[in-house]
Amino acid sequence: MEGLTIATAGERLRDGSLKAVDLLAGVLKTAADTEAQIHAYLNIDRSGAGEAAERADNELAAGVDRGPLHGIPVALKDNMMTRGLETTASSQILAGYVPPYDATVVSRLREGGAVIVGKTNLDEFAMGSSTENSAYGPTYNPWDINRIPGGSSGGSAAAVAAGSALVGLGSDTGGSIRQPASLTGVVGMKPTYGTVSRYGLIAFASSLDQIGPLSRTVEDSALTLETIWGHDPLDATSYRGYYPDLFSGIGDGVDGLKVGVVKELAGEGYEPEVHEHVSSMVERLRSSGAEVVEVSLPTFDIALSAYYLIAPAECSANLARFDGIRYGLRVEGETAEEMMSRTRASGFGPEVIRRILLGTYALSAGYYDAFYGQAQRVRSAIRDDFARAYQQVDVLVSPTSPTVAFEAGERTADPLSMYLSDICTIPCNLSGDPAISVPIGLDSRRLPIGFQVMAPALGEPMLYRVASAVESLAGFDARPTIEMVAT
Amino acid sequence: MPVEIDIAHVARLARLGLSDSELEHYRGQLAVILEHAARVQELEGDPEVDVTHPLGIVNAFRPDEVRPSLDRDEVLDQAPDAKDGYFVVPPAMEL
Amino acid sequence: MIWESVIGIEVHVELATRSKMFCGCAVGFGDEPNTNICPTCLGLPGALPVPNEAALESIMAIGMALNCTVAPTSVFHRKNYFYADLPKNYQISQFDVPICIEGHLDVTVGDATRTVGIERAHMEEDTGKSTHVSVGGRIHAASSTLLDFNRSGVPLVEIVSKPEIHSAAEARAYAQSLRSVVAELGVSDARLEEGSIRFDANVSVRSEGQEALGTKVEVKNMNSFRSLERAVQYEIDRQIELIESSGTVVQETRHWDEDAGVTRSMRTKEGSSDYRYFAEPDLVPMRMDEEWVERIRATLPELPADRIERYVASGLDAGLAAVLSRSDFPMRALYESAVSEGADARSAANWVTGEVTAWLRREDRADAGDLLTGRQLAELIDLIDQGTVSSSAAKDVLDGVLSGEGDPGAVARSRDLLQISDTAAIEEAVDTVLADNPDALESLRSGETKVLGFLVGQVMKATQGKADPRLVNEVIRARGGD
Ligand SMILES: [Mg+2]
Ligand SMILES: [Zn+2]
Repeated sequence: MEGLTIATAGERLRDGSLKAVDLLAGVLKTAADTEAQIHAYLNIDRSGAGEAAERADNELAAGVDRGPLHGIPVALKDNMMTRGLETTASSQILAGYVPPYDATVVSRLREGGAVIVGKTNLDEFAMGSSTENSAYGPTYNPWDINRIPGGSSGGSAAAVAAGSALVGLGSDTGGSIRQPASLTGVVGMKPTYGTVSRYGLIAFASSLDQIGPLSRTVEDSALTLETIWGHDPLDATSYRGYYPDLFSGIGDGVDGLKVGVVKELAGEGYEPEVHEHVSSMVERLRSSGAEVVEVSLPTFDIALSAYYLIAPAECSANLARFDGIRYGLRVEGETAEEMMSRTRASGFGPEVIRRILLGTYALSAGYYDAFYGQAQRVRSAIRDDFARAYQQVDVLVSPTSPTVAFEAGERTADPLSMYLSDICTIPCNLSGDPAISVPIGLDSRRLPIGFQVMAPALGEPMLYRVASAVESLAGFDARPTIEMVAT
Repeated sequence: MPVEIDIAHVARLARLGLSDSELEHYRGQLAVILEHAARVQELEGDPEVDVTHPLGIVNAFRPDEVRPSLDRDEVLDQAPDAKDGYFVVPPAMEL
Repeated sequence: MIWESVIGIEVHVELATRSKMFCGCAVGFGDEPNTNICPTCLGLPGALPVPNEAALESIMAIGMALNCTVAPTSVFHRKNYFYADLPKNYQISQFDVPICIEGHLDVTVGDATRTVGIERAHMEEDTGKSTHVSVGGRIHAASSTLLDFNRSGVPLVEIVSKPEIHSAAEARAYAQSLRSVVAELGVSDARLEEGSIRFDANVSVRSEGQEALGTKVEVKNMNSFRSLERAVQYEIDRQIELIESSGTVVQETRHWDEDAGVTRSMRTKEGSSDYRYFAEPDLVPMRMDEEWVERIRATLPELPADRIERYVASGLDAGLAAVLSRSDFPMRALYESAVSEGADARSAANWVTGEVTAWLRREDRADAGDLLTGRQLAELIDLIDQGTVSSSAAKDVLDGVLSGEGDPGAVARSRDLLQISDTAAIEEAVDTVLADNPDALESLRSGETKVLGFLVGQVMKATQGKADPRLVNEVIRARGGD
């Protein structure tokens, strides 16, 4: 079962040489062997997954084919609503919360016959880059259990890397899919804003959040996205137009494409080994026929600053609903206001409180224009920069993260240094464009390095075309070994 | 640029009941982050703020149709305090 | 010192759509608590809003009826404040780009009509309902609060007037005509007692001729037109008194206490309201293109203002036209059909608002229903014009028709109310009267016309008012010997 992908497992599920229940059993066995060290999951739904797997076997045997994810074990980041299954966003304030409805992506997975293994760990409310900000303890990196898997979708990334799921869903607000993918050696993709429904995703920053897949291969990424994307009438920001064929370019190579290397995403703060791997991949793209040009997007230098005003501002309102009245934690008080204030102060972790305070400040009277208002202007300028760049090139490339996986606790004391790990991924959240991280190798410490490809809005086919070329040029097939994890 | 922050006021607006030492701790961190965030003011020119959807979506509406509501018991089951079909909270008076 | 009061009014109108503003829950008044709730209107984690198109068309219609411009583009904002009955702890509302701007509404007090400017009308969502379970009925001793979210997310239109209202009576009249516009459009139940229309008033006073506005006080919690008028009057008087006793008005929100008949400071913690508005990222902009706007405009019914104009043009005075035009005036149809049956507009209006209304009030009925048709009213008026019945006798005829005795002509006959227009009969009656009043006849002959009235009266009395007064007059004058 080692090395199975959605594609290969799918074939065997259909030719009868593999049963969904056995595939699930294998995944659960891996989880049993690795969870103690990795802690990718907050909650494994054995019974629910078992039933789904049996149903899949019966349906497939009866010739009912629900599509590429039929019978495939999927890990869900715990900020997506699952009816009847505890959903906490790794926060104390939602301890024990059982939602009365499914997120749209979850409904689509169910309709697609997917087997939901369980809910994975994340930085509380998806705020963080290491999965250390979890009220239920951190997740560790399968490549080195003394290191973090990145975040905030670190649980889903680690599960896919360790093999305790074939594919995972994450959410990406500033890099929360791509950065952990990069740090755990898997493929992580953020779709065009508006193409995957946010209905049922616990909002962090509504104008930036987007759900996407973490997978072993680029093909699996496309197969999963194909299942979950599409218009949703329950999400007013959902795209109603034509959704392109994700596979139209896969396998076509890069011959004749124009690839732009982002000047601003290199140099100081970037680990030399990361830089070397990325540069050599760029060279291989060139030698495979791509025309490579350096592109400057000057506003990238202040993108991080804009992000750390816009995202907290939106989260300060999005998280206001957690007030101890309708669900979740309550710490009693004399008045409703006192109860709310106590509940929120003890229910939220430090990073969440920090961002709520930051966003509240940035929106408050007297500071709005200088901070939030100006950040929105920067955001518009970033969109303009991208638009200009895409007039010259088909895709933009960069490292996904300036560094490989860092050590647990290394950056927890210094918020700013933690924020800097999203420097390469944030611009595409601000523009709404799609981007993907593909593993291209290991550094001298056997820690994975990711390569980011960015494309214009709805440019997913081009994104996957280039990503699959990168994938085959890299020939990355290393896996963290169970023995290593188990030590 | 050094940033002045009335942290107690901000915490009150956000309904976060923090102790004085906690407030001071966060004020210090916010000062550092905001000093970095203030770099947005380095932006050259003064582009129109464009709050529109990246795909230019407008007029996303729903028809005026009634959809079934949630089961009250299932919902109240999640509430810290409920009684006779109501959610119950400590007195919520602005007086 | 002469004082001028400056009043602006904010009106919140609940729309009578089938479903709520941003979700598919039913809009229902008085349902079991928390039975019309879903993830969206309950603010559950992950839920998203999607605007109700019918609600937007309703506010567009309201805007047009108030002579507003419908903005070509508009967006929703989040208004951030914590309150137990506000599930998301922000209200989806509008800030600097509302859907309707710059309108006006005509307001009639007595027979003076003034135009009050409308600053804006914007779309927002209602909150849930709090019930304060109190000890000993004292609110500040409330022991807990019960929350029902059925009302949460009901579409709400907020209409903000310009500070161009200058008396409590005008404030009341403004609220009333606004209500009738909304009722006329059929976009709201417009029931004050159910809170489907709510008023807040911003009141300030300044010495006459002074340019700058005085400090304004927001007065809340008026649940009838009367209490709105009382509250505004009280607040005007309170502020004048305060200033004259060399005190100063503080900017604050005050609560109207209906029973005590006073406004009370709500003592909200200062600095507590900083709404931190920002564009709602869960929603996309709205474009109200020409075609859409015109499609809505085409569906608008005739509004009170237009109707008043039409009535005045047809010869009614402003006061009468205003009464007939009130959207809640029950007998407009009767009036309209009488006129279409050929009755003179003024007479028809006078009868409908006068005798008919009086009769119905005596019988305490709301409207004439099928007791009286436009054709019958037109016939009655015709009988008077033809001199077939005197206007005094006509009242009895009306009574007969309303009592179901048949058409006016028949009633006049059966009740023996036809006017005597045959000269012989009248001369006989006149002679009898003159014979009984020789000295009156004397003075008449000596040219004293003032007895004329007395004599006519006597003759009418003798004929139980059936004689044609004009004829009686002529005959007496003739006997008077000219
Ligand atoms: Mg309002
Ligand atoms: Zn609802």
